[in-house]
Amino acid sequence: MNDRYALFLGCTIPARGRNYEMSARQVARRLDVEFVDIAEFCCCGFPVKSTFQKTALVLAGRNLALAEQRGLDICALCSACASSLAESAHQLNHNEELRNEINMELANFGLNYNGKTNVYHFTRILYEFVGLDKIKASITRELNGFRFAAHYGCHYLKPSEYFGRFDSPERPRSLDALIEATGAEAVQYQDKLQCCGGSVLAVDENLAFQMAGDKLSRLKQEGVDALISICPFCTVMYDDNQKKIESVIEKELGIPVLYLTQLFGLAMGLGGKELGLQMNKVKTRTLLERIESGEAIRSG
Amino acid sequence: MSRKPDFKYILSQIHGAENLLNCYACGTCTAGCPVRALDERYNPRKIIRMVILGRTEILAGDEIWLCTSCYTCQERCPQDVKITDLIVALRNLAVAEGHLPPGIAMQSKFVAEFGRLYELSDFDNKKREKLGLPVLQISFKEVAQVFPEHSKSKDKETEK
Ligand code: SF4
Ligand code: SF4
Repeated sequence: MNDRYALFLGCTIPARGRNYEMSARQVARRLDVEFVDIAEFCCCGFPVKSTFQKTALVLAGRNLALAEQRGLDICALCSACASSLAESAHQLNHNEELRNEINMELANFGLNYNGKTNVYHFTRILYEFVGLDKIKASITRELNGFRFAAHYGCHYLKPSEYFGRFDSPERPRSLDALIEATGAEAVQYQDKLQCCGGSVLAVDENLAFQMAGDKLSRLKQEGVDALISICPFCTVMYDDNQKKIESVIEKELGIPVLYLTQLFGLAMGLGGKELGLQMNKVKTRTLLERIESGEAIRSG
Repeated sequence: MSRKPDFKYILSQIHGAENLLNCYACGTCTAGCPVRALDERYNPRKIIRMVILGRTEILAGDEIWLCTSCYTCQERCPQDVKITDLIVALRNLAVAEGHLPPGIAMQSKFVAEFGRLYELSDFDNKKREKLGLPVLQISFKEVAQVFPEHSKSKDKETEK
């Protein structure tokens, strides 16, 4: 399997998720996954789908064509980007008539798409192509005794028809297995597959916060050390908005939200700064100190 | 109340809504919907019923904008109705008639203008360089050209 990918950052990561980007690059380097940067990538199309789905497809096609020009598949860090680009690739790669129609628009950018690009979420690349064995071998600081909750979110595995069903959309295991690869426990909890509510934030803020608050309250009861996210959209909900959620649901939460790549970085012995931990909104200092003091290993 | 008997045929021509008429109203979609669990106003099965009955007023209402696109219903539908995609198709029709929440209109406007949902500036690129991250393109002039004509006049946005 190809271990060189065009890294797709999308809109949210450069604006609000540089900690995700930094930690993903660190982790990729240590696992021999090479990222190629394409500065010209624009929005994946997802935010425009509800208004003009054809325009969304053109924007996706533009990005797919830029990767194709360089002979690369795409690695997306954001689940919404992964889903939107994978769906567009699925449509365009298998339907010549539609591709021709979109190519008329891509001419605006001086581009043409031949239907050759595949799209993968970085988490899938870690799980399926890099593999758990190689990840385990890269870990220098086992996180035994820590308890983390996987948040799969919606678009990492769904619509499953566009992701080759590499994991079950109803009873997924991949993210739990990746968490367990660090030596930590992947906590099983109710409503694990619950949506973060991020997509209705622009329409009904209260509803979105209720949805996110639901899951966070449950995790509070479970007493987890952190929620593990693989999507900047979900992180905006659970981490950036956690203070607001606390006031909506009138409950104190204080649950750290880490990107999977930050968790891996910590388990690989990297420092908080290299992983952008200071950019996480809910404070991670206590967690970091516990990890660095070796508490985990002793209690495990 | 408006009734348009051919509404379902018009909609099923749009990408994502093709299997609309397969629906046998089992309610699996509504049973698993996380929005429904919190907000009684919302009911995907009912949305599909309304469409089949030709009740076009659904386009002017709030409901279709409450879906989070979580795909739970779409994965589970025993009749292969692509419910999430169908709601997107309904939204596209609603937009063409000028009905959309201001927050959603804004997102499209930003993407048309900046090529991204959030504008990036030289300052952002400086910050990136400092962190050792590669510089990104910040202006996408041609992107606005692939948006439909009617999106460019923003007076189409209706208050909800
Ligand atoms: S799950 Fe499918 S068949 Fe059942 S009510 Fe919903 S759309 Fe109709
Ligand atoms: S995709 Fe929309 S309608 Fe379907 S379950 Fe999720 S929120 Fe409900």
